[in-house]
Amino acid sequence: MSRSWAVISNYSIYSATAVFALSFLVHAIETAWAVKVPAAGKSVLDYARNGRAARIATALMILGFLLLLVGVVARGISASRAPWGNMYEFSITGALAFSGAYLAALRKYDLRWLGLLVSFSVLLTLGTAITVLYVPSAPLLPALKSEWLIIHVSTAIISGGVFLLSNVIATAYLVLDRIESKGERNEWAKRLPSLEVLDQLSYRLVAFVFPLWTFSVVSGAIWAESAWGRYWGWDPKETWAFITWVAYAAYLHARVTIGWRGRRAAWLCLFAGSTFLFNYVYINIWGTGKHTYSGL
Amino acid sequence: MSNQVQIPELDGTSLARYLWRQLTSMRTALILLLLLGVAAIPGSLFPQRTQNPMQVSDYFKNSPQQAEWLDRFWLFDVYGSPWFSAVYILLFISLIGCVLPRTIEHLKNARALPPATPKNLSRMEHFQQWGANGSELENAREWFKKNRFRVLESSDSISAEKGFARETGNLFFHLALILVLIGISFSSLFGMRGEAILNIGERFVNNVTSYDSLTYGKLYSESNLPDFILTADKFVAKYNVVTGAPEDYTLDVSLKQGEQGQVEKKTMKVNSPLTIGDTRIYLQANGYSPVVTVVDSKLNVAFQGPVPFLPQDSQLRSIGAIKAPDADPAVGFVGSFLPTYARDGEEGGISVYPEALDPRLLLAAWVGDLGLDSGTPQSVYRIDTSKMQQVGLKALKPGESFAYAGGVITFEGYVQWVNISFVTDPGKKFALLGAIVAIIGLLASLFTRRRRIWIRVGHNVEVAGLAKNAAPGLEEELSQFIQRVKGDK
Repeated sequence: MSRSWAVISNYSIYSATAVFALSFLVHAIETAWAVKVPAAGKSVLDYARNGRAARIATALMILGFLLLLVGVVARGISASRAPWGNMYEFSITGALAFSGAYLAALRKYDLRWLGLLVSFSVLLTLGTAITVLYVPSAPLLPALKSEWLIIHVSTAIISGGVFLLSNVIATAYLVLDRIESKGERNEWAKRLPSLEVLDQLSYRLVAFVFPLWTFSVVSGAIWAESAWGRYWGWDPKETWAFITWVAYAAYLHARVTIGWRGRRAAWLCLFAGSTFLFNYVYINIWGTGKHTYSGL
Repeated sequence: MSNQVQIPELDGTSLARYLWRQLTSMRTALILLLLLGVAAIPGSLFPQRTQNPMQVSDYFKNSPQQAEWLDRFWLFDVYGSPWFSAVYILLFISLIGCVLPRTIEHLKNARALPPATPKNLSRMEHFQQWGANGSELENAREWFKKNRFRVLESSDSISAEKGFARETGNLFFHLALILVLIGISFSSLFGMRGEAILNIGERFVNNVTSYDSLTYGKLYSESNLPDFILTADKFVAKYNVVTGAPEDYTLDVSLKQGEQGQVEKKTMKVNSPLTIGDTRIYLQANGYSPVVTVVDSKLNVAFQGPVPFLPQDSQLRSIGAIKAPDADPAVGFVGSFLPTYARDGEEGGISVYPEALDPRLLLAAWVGDLGLDSGTPQSVYRIDTSKMQQVGLKALKPGESFAYAGGVITFEGYVQWVNISFVTDPGKKFALLGAIVAIIGLLASLFTRRRRIWIRVGHNVEVAGLAKNAAPGLEEELSQFIQRVKGDK
């Protein structure tokens, strides 16, 4: 029974990866079209063709998201627990949260220009998960057996997904800012939102998710208190979660109180996001301490 | 904000005032905040004494010169170091200096009314006007009341303001952080933390000598140790049959509190500690203690009992030392305990499963001076063999004996041991309360928008609005407001 769920999970993850690859391809074609059209001598972009490509790309993204959802849920059922016990499971859930955050934001803002980057990052994450991080489905270590697993890890993963999204947007800001400082935007870049919108968007994502990240750190502390006998012990993972928290706190203060905007704010945002990534990749795989559950 | 640097006069008070103003400025606070993040990094790169004393002493052994230099900069005690403390103490002073005046200001403003409606509304943002028909002011008053705006009315206008919760939340967030810090310092002054290794079947009587390690705060007194006796009755470890990964640990204990207390049966697991008043008792680690008897050349029993061995890998290959200094001749055994024995071409004896299915005790016997009287503290898991001589090697099954030159050691069997932590942390409830208030304050300050709306009714109805920090959403709110004012449902 649990084995067949594990197999279902694996097939869903494989299919999701394939669908995300297709979505990436269509996004690439869409972007390429937007660049090619003016070179062909036309003065306006062919929005009709582009629109169709964008719709297909987004539809594929939704399909990929649903397959991934099935994969993550089936993984959880196969091990009869929340599927957040090792690095492979963190990665597939992280990809799910990241693509979910993008699709949710897409309902409110026209972010289709981001699709290429998002589908690429998801593809990369899933690819690494399948090839490098995969471990067979198994029950949890004793220290992970707690209701806090669901609360602590899910909030950490959601926060991570949104932090990454805001980092991608901050990167887009910096690239476009560079282009604009040299002159006018090229044709493909004209399809992207204005610098001001990007700036606001990356800030709003951080402001939205910072309380959740705070909650995630606090819930981790509560859990650590019952599992390890102390709520804070400067374990490497805790240290870096703290550093991420401090960096984003600095970012929010810089924006709200001092009034940083634009380039400086984007760099600070990138710095804060990179501390999160460092924590996820480096500390999980090469780090020591009590949080080493990667199974590698 | 001006970037001009004012050169202070050089008398004491104004210099102090100048420094205070610099310290409590937002720019300094931001730098300190970033500095705190950077200062925390080395603690994750170098082993820390509080977490991993063994790794620190290994560091000293492997590269003593480098270690000495690192130690000079407190890099093995980052989070207790003067420079780390300096950063967070300055940050909190700066925070208090910033937050307290703002709190007082905010309290003063708590009942303040919004400023009067500006004379020329057409200069304000979101200005709109249309012909009046009479009921607008009344409608506006109703809408403001329903949406809980603070209002200041005059005969022909209303000035309304909302979003005080933003600053309230902001202040609560920062004050709560101070509470967290107070909780942490309270614990380090009044708290205690001890560890003990207990063989299954043994009793732990809670007094200072029972602990393997015990640290407590400056203001903690030993007489505060709660009076109890804990007996480890039974320990069960469940492992995954395929991978050998642990799945569950359960420890059954008997607890007797006070002189007259009843004996209670309790169960401890990794995520469910025991609680006695302010003290909590945690199940942390476990391993095997081989039980041995050493009989020396004069046929005296020089040592008898279980000896805890330290696990080295996930299959619980464990190492340890058996010391019999009173034997004639004095003898020590460097040993490995393998719960499920197998032979490996390269490494020799290994363990292939953490449960004791086919246990072996591998021993190297050393005769000579154990160095226990030299005064330098020694690990109980290691033997200093520099003044000793090896007299034999042997692998034993339970029940077997090994006759070395000078006596006989018998491997009687094994018991399991558990490592128990005893923690008194009286400040943690303050820290938790602080954390909860901080999150609520954060939510209030990040999701509340502060804005003003004005309406003046004369020949025409004039409406305008202003959002602080350019917060979005005012336009939508204004259009609802105008709809209501016009009397449309």
